[in-house]
Amino acid sequence: QEVDFEERLGELDLRSDSDIPDVPPQTDSTPEILKRALSGLSARWKNWWIRGILTLAMISVFFLVIYLGSFMLMLLVLSIQVKCYHEIITIGYRVYHSYDLPWFRSLSWYFLLCVNYFFYGETVADYFATFVQRREQLQFLIRYHRFISFALYLTGFCMFVLSLVKKHYRLQFYMFAWTHVTLLITVTQSHLVIQNLFEGMIWFLVPISSVICNDITAYIFGFFFGRTPLIKLSPKKTWEGFIGGFFSTVVFGFIFSYFLAQHQYFVCPVEYNSETNRFVTECEPSELFQMKKYSVPPLLQAVLGWETVNMYPFQMHSIALSTFASLIGPFGGFFASGFKRAFKIKDFADTIPGHGGIMDRFDCQYLMATFVHVYITSFIRGPNPSKLLKQLLILQPEQQLSVYKTLKSHLVEKGILQPSLRG
Amino acid sequence: EFGGSAPVPTSDDTPEVLNRALSNLSSRWKNWWVRGILTLAMITFFFIIIYLGPMVLMTIVMCVQIKCFHEIITIGYNVYHSYDLPWFRTLSWYFLLCVNYFFYGETVTDYFFTLVQREEPLRILSKYHRFISFALYLTGFCMFVLSLVKKHYRLQFYMFGWTHVTLLIVVTQSHLIIHNLFEGMIWFIVPISCVICNDIMAYMFGFFFGRTPLIKLSPKKTWEGFIGGFFATVLFGLLLSYVMSGYRCFTCPVEFNNDTNSFTVDCEPSELFQLQEYNIPVVLQSVVGWKTVRMYPFQIHSIALSTFASLIGPFGGFFASGFKRAFKIKDFANTIPGHGGIMDRFDCQYLMATFVNVYIASFIRGPNPSKLIQQFLTLRPDQQLHIFNTLKAHLVDKGMLGGLEDA
Repeated sequence: QEVDFEERLGELDLRSDSDIPDVPPQTDSTPEILKRALSGLSARWKNWWIRGILTLAMISVFFLVIYLGSFMLMLLVLSIQVKCYHEIITIGYRVYHSYDLPWFRSLSWYFLLCVNYFFYGETVADYFATFVQRREQLQFLIRYHRFISFALYLTGFCMFVLSLVKKHYRLQFYMFAWTHVTLLITVTQSHLVIQNLFEGMIWFLVPISSVICNDITAYIFGFFFGRTPLIKLSPKKTWEGFIGGFFSTVVFGFIFSYFLAQHQYFVCPVEYNSETNRFVTECEPSELFQMKKYSVPPLLQAVLGWETVNMYPFQMHSIALSTFASLIGPFGGFFASGFKRAFKIKDFADTIPGHGGIMDRFDCQYLMATFVHVYITSFIRGPNPSKLLKQLLILQPEQQLSVYKTLKSHLVEKGILQPSLRG
Repeated sequence: EFGGSAPVPTSDDTPEVLNRALSNLSSRWKNWWVRGILTLAMITFFFIIIYLGPMVLMTIVMCVQIKCFHEIITIGYNVYHSYDLPWFRTLSWYFLLCVNYFFYGETVTDYFFTLVQREEPLRILSKYHRFISFALYLTGFCMFVLSLVKKHYRLQFYMFGWTHVTLLIVVTQSHLIIHNLFEGMIWFIVPISCVICNDIMAYMFGFFFGRTPLIKLSPKKTWEGFIGGFFATVLFGLLLSYVMSGYRCFTCPVEFNNDTNSFTVDCEPSELFQLQEYNIPVVLQSVVGWKTVRMYPFQIHSIALSTFASLIGPFGGFFASGFKRAFKIKDFANTIPGHGGIMDRFDCQYLMATFVNVYIASFIRGPNPSKLIQQFLTLRPDQQLHIFNTLKAHLVDKGMLGGLEDA
């Protein structure tokens, strides 16, 4: 018996893909209202209308949540993360027929909880430092945060080892690895998205909008001008769409940044005000968001007719962001297409009518979020002052004193602090 | 043909010398002798490289990591018959290189700060380190996407996943080992020795007293071995820590000396490594006959380390056993005669390395003051002033700084 099962499982790994059963077609989750309104149109136009309406619906939800503020955005990001995780894990269950290993659902969700706890603990500690200082229990949790997270993870690991069942070893190891790779992709990126958000909502809005814009404009250019196929993985993509999408996205990003850079609400880092117990975005806009005069290069002067132009420095950064969104972002989409073909599924799930699952909409966003985070840490932001302060306060008193003396001599040297008789 | 199982490695790696010396013993005793001799050889080797210093240790850790990665990836190839997808070897090694570059860059920047700041190319590499690492990784990612071939999608995704999980396990832990090493060689030697001791002691207790099986995964393990190994390891850890805490070369953090361009281990031993009087709990006083005992505080920590090595460390071994059964392999490879592959020896060490690192970060070490100063110097002047004033107010509060005096 054991040999038979293992052999059968072994056959799943053969090079040909013919052994994977086709996943049953998705149930149609289009709301009744839409169905009645569009009942007179042919199937192709109906699909186009559904996609269009849902696109507008998603964009409206996006604007609504932005209006509601940072906290709602964080919740939204968290919900999307959980849903994407659920979608990918469900695919794993279907591929490996592992519905009859009940431990796996519990363990997968448990690991999701652990990793989220770890990441949220790291962010919360940084941004809510004053809030945390006031409460004793939170202080304990923060101080030993890594140890607690590790202990929680280890518990899950030991439960996994104890749950290994003789006939199902390989299946269980596959699901374990599947879970971990999924966590690596969905959870880490969603936390990077939240960190970008805290840097300033513009760092959240512009990248996401650029990816969406690239999606839409590449589709439109492909629809009207598309001729040369781009890549075998996605036969619908064309070079014309790709290049047209690139230029439109750069222009869009440029103009969109111009509008957003004027409002403090978008530009200021999100901070938590412990007195009012809410998030505030108020600050002195940094240099990036103050208008500057740039000289137009001679080439463009003839075209545009201006000698100088007033721009925000951020707009230059937006060109980098849009370029990444248009040139490299699509690789995330190709990766997801390849994944779907590999496992013979049409969409990740059928959550959104006409579009597929949440993962289908967000596949390009993941690379973008990491890029923006790396970009900010490399080119924009120095170390986080409140984090630095928190670490200083943890030091031993003698160490604090010696650091104090070093800092003081440095500040006096630079002229930032006036040397005086009073310390 | 095999339904996915890899052929069991059968070539006999035992050196000719040993073969001739043991030729007249029965095969069971021969196996025992081979294992025993190789164990002694590995332990001797361990001592030699400790003697040679931190740089050699780092290199050895690096080599072990590469070998473990190679072993696990080879198993993946065997399982998925993917030798005919030549991109995968290149891509796997490329990803190994990227992740190592990222981690070594982060460590090098921390520990070799002054050296890095002096040399112009290093300074730029370190300033944009994350961006460069990410760009390198992305190149590999895009190459993977471009290499997807119609008939082999699933295989390729499996290998991609396999590579990443292996990197997660092997590379991150080996870097945690190096971090532990820099904290002080005692933090490297005691954990590893405890795991080795637990392995050997559990085996011996099991051999002489073993009766009740421990877990279905590893039928040779017994409860007697497990518990005997636990007590023996705690005792061993206490003794080893006592001996090592007396020497600066083991207890001092490893530092890079800019003037001599070499590693030095010289410092004022921290409180952990200074003898203190402890009162023996009343319970033990009658047994042991002393009222107080002089111990290093580090020995108390060593109890925590040995406990983890004996109770949770074996789960790493069970995980590896399950993995080998799942993929129908006897050993990870046949690098070490009588023992299997490098991974077979190091499976318990991975959890240990993470635990030690988390333990140090949570209970021992605070933030590094010089690192904080470096970060401070990159802030804007108004931020610097704000932090300086907050620190000053805090120190005044604590009474460390007189309010009106020039400190």
